[in-house]
Amino acid sequence: MREFIDGNTAIVRGALEAGCDFFAGYPITPATSILLDMMRELPRLGRTAIQGEDEIASLGFCIGAAMTGRRTFTATSGPGISLYSENIGLAVMGEVPLVIVDVQRMGPATGAATTAAQGDAQFVRWCTSGGFPMIVLCPATVSDCYALTVRAFDLAERFRSPVFLLTDKEVATTMDTVEVSADGMVPYPTWTHGERNEVPAALSARERNMARAECTFAPCDYPSLDENAPMSPFGGPHLVRFTTSTHDEHGYLTRDPAKVDRLNTHLVAKIEQHREEIALARLDASDAEARVLLVSYGISARAVEEAVRQARTHGHPVRALTLLSLWPLPEAALFEALQRVENGPGIERIVVAELNDGQIRREIERLVCGRQEVVGVHRLDGELITPQQILEKGGLL
Amino acid sequence: MSEGPFATYMNPSTMPLPFCPGCGHRTIVQTLDQALVSLQWSPQSVVLVTDIGCIGLADSYFRTNAFHGLHGRSITYATGIKLANPDLHVVVLIGDGGCGIGGNHLLNAARRNVGICVLVANNFNFGMTGGEHSVLTPHGAITSTTRGGNPERPLDVCATVGVCGAGFVARSTVFDRQLPDLIARALRHQGFSLVDIWELCTAYYSPNNRFNKRAMFELLEYGGWATGVLDENDRPEYAHTLRQQAMSAAGRDGKAGQKGMRGHLFEPRFAAHIDGRFKVVIAGAAGGKVRSAGHLLGQGGLLSGLYATQRDDYPVTVMAGHSVCEVVLDTEPIGYTGIVRPNVLVLVAEEGRARAMPWLAAMAAEDRAYIAQDLLNARAVDTQAQVVPLDFGSCQRKDFRATRRNRAILGVAAVLRREGIYAFEALEAAVRETQRPEVATANLEVLKASAAL
Repeated sequence: MREFIDGNTAIVRGALEAGCDFFAGYPITPATSILLDMMRELPRLGRTAIQGEDEIASLGFCIGAAMTGRRTFTATSGPGISLYSENIGLAVMGEVPLVIVDVQRMGPATGAATTAAQGDAQFVRWCTSGGFPMIVLCPATVSDCYALTVRAFDLAERFRSPVFLLTDKEVATTMDTVEVSADGMVPYPTWTHGERNEVPAALSARERNMARAECTFAPCDYPSLDENAPMSPFGGPHLVRFTTSTHDEHGYLTRDPAKVDRLNTHLVAKIEQHREEIALARLDASDAEARVLLVSYGISARAVEEAVRQARTHGHPVRALTLLSLWPLPEAALFEALQRVENGPGIERIVVAELNDGQIRREIERLVCGRQEVVGVHRLDGELITPQQILEKGGLL
Repeated sequence: MSEGPFATYMNPSTMPLPFCPGCGHRTIVQTLDQALVSLQWSPQSVVLVTDIGCIGLADSYFRTNAFHGLHGRSITYATGIKLANPDLHVVVLIGDGGCGIGGNHLLNAARRNVGICVLVANNFNFGMTGGEHSVLTPHGAITSTTRGGNPERPLDVCATVGVCGAGFVARSTVFDRQLPDLIARALRHQGFSLVDIWELCTAYYSPNNRFNKRAMFELLEYGGWATGVLDENDRPEYAHTLRQQAMSAAGRDGKAGQKGMRGHLFEPRFAAHIDGRFKVVIAGAAGGKVRSAGHLLGQGGLLSGLYATQRDDYPVTVMAGHSVCEVVLDTEPIGYTGIVRPNVLVLVAEEGRARAMPWLAAMAAEDRAYIAQDLLNARAVDTQAQVVPLDFGSCQRKDFRATRRNRAILGVAAVLRREGIYAFEALEAAVRETQRPEVATANLEVLKASAAL
């Protein structure tokens, strides 16, 4: 059986499947349909959804609810992320599991509400003061939207961290044909590289790591620098302290350099030491003879998919890598994509297609250190990158 | 955790309190403790929410749950906590500074009547950062940012939340011996409660303005600031209302999760007549059911075993300006959803012409442009494509007329009849099976009328 649905719808289904029981958001094109669906569906499940007076309040509601035991979720677009920024910092500091959707539209400022863009790729990575690591997943198809939403909820619990789902107007609102079963969307992992890529592990979000009722609870006492402390909800068996301030293991403000260093190192290490556990990518490296690798993400990866089809039809070997996590970048998958097959020519050129001025291209340049030529296909006129543009830059015509 | 009775809710291990000599915050913290002792709630059921400023230090000195958040946002965290667990007692301690930066949240929490208790430790200036003026600083007062006397009028925070519908509103001072009882009443109140508690900042505001207990009472008396309980009502509490609504919605509707989101399932049962990709652009006016026409075209494709994508372009106003819908149909899954050169373009209203022009220019002799006759009459169309005029007037019957609202669907139906992308019955089935009965009835008439085009 098939359905004809858009990415926002798939994200809502993923959130419900992952056990989301609290949503707060504020209307903004092109993310609004997520708000509308959550406001309709959550009460029907006996759960909570609220439209905040603004984005700041919406994320504040989510953080308060998350610390009271809820699995929380919000959705906005670039201008909303600007307003979320301070509370994203709070969620990093307080190690709050929550999922944030950024349906990108053209910026800066109000920009163009119904126009595709991928200009927030670096913004979501660096949106907090202090500059701490962020997890950012990036679906390219409607099926990705579903699978990666569930995965985002899972990672939020695993890492006690806000997790971004970065989509764009095109992925979010373009209808596509998806395979479904009687139970809902077909639970297949959409990535080739990454953890939990077998059914059904990919399509479930783990339970929250909770402190035992009888233990002496220290809310911020992580067992090691790269692992997280268990949680306990407000109203549960323990007294819980949450703080925006640099804190010790009990959640009290501290300026003790050793304790400050331990906290800040933890906030970095808990993500950075697990980069390959988080990283997700879809690699098509079937062409041993390829000299060109096409790299993309989000809606631009759809143009790459078509470019690959056309190139191969015309006898040009080519490889393609779809980045399904932007942060961390799937480095192992990238280096595998670049691997020379015995007697093969090896990849000489990398083409990076994205609807911005090269935000991820520069990351790829940094990673390959001049070993390959890196060229970008960029567009800032509100139109989609075409397969033709990619073929031209790749010398694949 | 410890069992009651509780002689104090303060935390002996973090004492002493960090406030300046003579600072009113000490009294407020101790008074809150006395009020909690009088109520004997379990410490686990109390969440003390603070934000930034000297009073924001207070949560560390209590043995209750504590949430210390960003400046001005404590009311939002408190609201989230209350919504997530309406049985908790959620207390917010903010300063006069918080009433400014968090003013929007204050208005909306009062308006919603969410059951949180907000205690405003009002010492008329920012004590932590150096005595700057706040939204509650009296007119004429000297602060580090109003050296010539405060030219701004202070906000009456009680009147403000009162007019928003707050359930319980009071004003008092740290010199009031009844303050513990007043705070206990505010804490007990089911809806939103706020107490504006006047006090002294002995580091800045008092020395800068010769402001002492007597000056405070003079300001209260001659400034027209009412004290005591100013508003009390029994409007329903918001978190309980939401929970109630959710429980009745859940009881009404057994559908859950993904299944509740279930759209229409398509089993292929009609014949498709294309062997590769077929791209259609529909351009018209917003409000002209352009997207609806494209959606039906896609759904008919699914019913015919094809893959489909639908990409829409429209201005944010939705009902004015252009509306353009790109539909790709293919025997294989579709990667790229954009259309550079369509096989068919349908132009049904003038509003869509400008958007259609680049496609019309890209089209070649083997492509077809279906264009409303009146648009062709008005202005020539520059395209190499074969132009097929759509004379909507020919659809007119006794009981049917082509309108701006049905032209797009008429156009798509005409395209399907002539191009034979898939069986026409599939489009009729899409209308019948996916649209509301009254809409479907009307659209089936439209499909029938398209035979005349």
